Amino acid sequence: MNQYQILSTIKLGIKSLMLHKLRSILTMLGIIFGVCSVIAMLAIGEGAAFEAQEGIKSLGSNNIIIRSVKPPEDNNNQNTSGRSFAVRYGLTFADSSRILDTIPGVKRVLPERIIRENARFGRTIVPVQVVGTYPFYPEIARAEVVAGRFLTVPDDRFKQNVCVVTTGLANQLFPYQDPLKHAIKVGENYYRVVGVIRERNTAEQRPQSGKMEGEPIDNNVYIPLSTATSRFGETIVRRTSGSFEAETVELHRITVQMEDDEAVLTANNQIRRMLSARHEKIDYEVIVPLELLLQAKKTQAIFNAVLGSIAAISLIVGGIGIMNIMLATVTERTREIGVRRALGAKKKDITVQFLVETVVLAIGGGLIGVLVGITIPFFVTYFADMKTIVTVWSVLVAFGISAIVGILFGIYPANAAADLDPIDALRHE
Amino acid sequence: MTVTSKRPIIDIRGICKTYILGEENIVHALRGVDLAIEEGSYVAIMGPSGSGKSTMLNILGCLDRPTEGQYFLGGDDVARMEDDILSNVRGKRIGFIFQSYNLIPQLTVIENIQVPLIYQGCDLKEYTDRAVDLANMVGLGERLDHRPNQLSGGQQQRVAIARSLINDPLMILADEPTGNLDSKTGLEVLDLIDKLNADGKTIVLVTHDPKVGDRAQRVIHMKDGRIDRDIRNR
Ligand SMILES: Nc1ncnc2c1ncn2[C@@H]1O[C@H](COP(=O)(O)OP(=O)(O)O)[C@@H](O)[C@H]1O
Ligand SMILES: [Mg+2]
Repeated sequence: MNQYQILSTIKLGIKSLMLHKLRSILTMLGIIFGVCSVIAMLAIGEGAAFEAQEGIKSLGSNNIIIRSVKPPEDNNNQNTSGRSFAVRYGLTFADSSRILDTIPGVKRVLPERIIRENARFGRTIVPVQVVGTYPFYPEIARAEVVAGRFLTVPDDRFKQNVCVVTTGLANQLFPYQDPLKHAIKVGENYYRVVGVIRERNTAEQRPQSGKMEGEPIDNNVYIPLSTATSRFGETIVRRTSGSFEAETVELHRITVQMEDDEAVLTANNQIRRMLSARHEKIDYEVIVPLELLLQAKKTQAIFNAVLGSIAAISLIVGGIGIMNIMLATVTERTREIGVRRALGAKKKDITVQFLVETVVLAIGGGLIGVLVGITIPFFVTYFADMKTIVTVWSVLVAFGISAIVGILFGIYPANAAADLDPIDALRHE
Repeated sequence: MTVTSKRPIIDIRGICKTYILGEENIVHALRGVDLAIEEGSYVAIMGPSGSGKSTMLNILGCLDRPTEGQYFLGGDDVARMEDDILSNVRGKRIGFIFQSYNLIPQLTVIENIQVPLIYQGCDLKEYTDRAVDLANMVGLGERLDHRPNQLSGGQQQRVAIARSLINDPLMILADEPTGNLDSKTGLEVLDLIDKLNADGKTIVLVTHDPKVGDRAQRVIHMKDGRIDRDIRNR
């Protein structure tokens, strides 16, 4: 078989398929749906996984995050009579230094206080999170200083009234001014703005307890931890539906930065054990982004396997459809097969002729499927506002499988055609 | 059998063809046929229906293999050759004309004429001129792009004749080529075949019609799978 034969066989295949356009397209539908569903589903899945994993990664995969959590109030008495008392719970500086001193593989420990307050500049008031933190916060959270500087060690030592704001907050408070030239009022005090930082994942949500709910992180005011402790005190009074509620919390969050991923997994249990020994109630939670990440990847793998099976089944169904039509075509064109054999066609020539038709059908379907498959995610993103990622490999795999399906399901009809006895075929009505 | 100066192009000896349809149902389509046909001759095979004419022609055309006997085609024993080699022999040395024309419906006139070239691995473009010449010769030069269903029976048969010639075969085998045609168009087709013979092609033609037989140099009458009479007209 030389190049002229291959070329004319392909031409002939297309010509024969064009003779029955509707039938050919209906035959291709199975493959079209198979391929486009594979690509679209994978794109949506990939997009969702990407978002989940990015969210987790923004917490830092080397970090272990421990948060103070208000324990469930098991004693009603205490609640009613203790109206004047503040509920005391949560992490302490002692916990923080204990972790730094005793857990192996710890690089840094970042204790923080997080207080909800209003920030005011001029007439603008914005509800914010005041975060009392250490100067190395940006390195741990991988936040980027976009203007000015972050807090410094002297700021912390001298309890300076300085703050750094996130870009989102800066835009709201200082739409027309340079934030670095001004001070904002938070609670009772004024804080000079010394810098603006961009969080790694602005406007996204941080996962809490493994769920993707949580606090918006773009309205943050960072002040030195020492300043936060002295200006806001340990007890925070909050007004909820008419009654006051006071809580005493030393630290709201401790972020433990580990040397590497391996240290994260061993330290995880050690920290949990240590905290449960030190705390009577479970007034904290430990979030291990790396664990969440591994979990998310595992979920993604299962998801991919399920998708793969669905895809395989739909492509097989498409392939059976093609085989069915090709068998009918072979019967319908038995006489033509006999004529070609009489005119010098070898069995192999007949096999190739029908195989080419099947492969053209499958690849044609595959191509249309790819086109439809990469446009669907676009619409999903546009209308459903979901992130989608069309990966090159999903397109290649879907297309490759459709071609393989074409060949596999084409072999039987093509061989059936080639094995016809020339005389019987010529006599066929 | 008379001795001729020309060497036989076809030489079959003791050919039998037996179809075993069931334990008790055995059909002897051919029961020992010896036949030699010289190059350039025009042979008509006649005989009642079921006498084995088509079976004989199919074996001569290497479409079928005999159950017993030898078949020398241009000196080569083709009776036991492999399928692929037989395909090659058909493509190169034999041109077929069928009763029901057997053009390929999805192809145009010119494409139909070129089909045998595909299986010889030829570049069809190089042979376009030859195909057009043949189409002109059979009087269809104006209808190169027509499809078979746009042609009359006589025209289709003429396309089939052009197709049978494209590979310049040693011989043309025709199984009742006028069987589906009215007498006038049938005559035109027969005239065309006469012309091919005049140009030197060996013709073997199966027919029911004695008038058709009269055109041949030699008429072979078959009966019950055997040669009954072998008459040379000239
Ligand atoms: N494929 C076959 N299977 C069984 N019997 C066959 C087959 N082909 C031909 N025959 C039988 O062989 C005999 C000769 O057939 P054929 O050569 O077609 O006759 P003709 O062409 O002279 O009318 C007939 O009896 C026919 O029934
Ligand atoms: Mg017959």
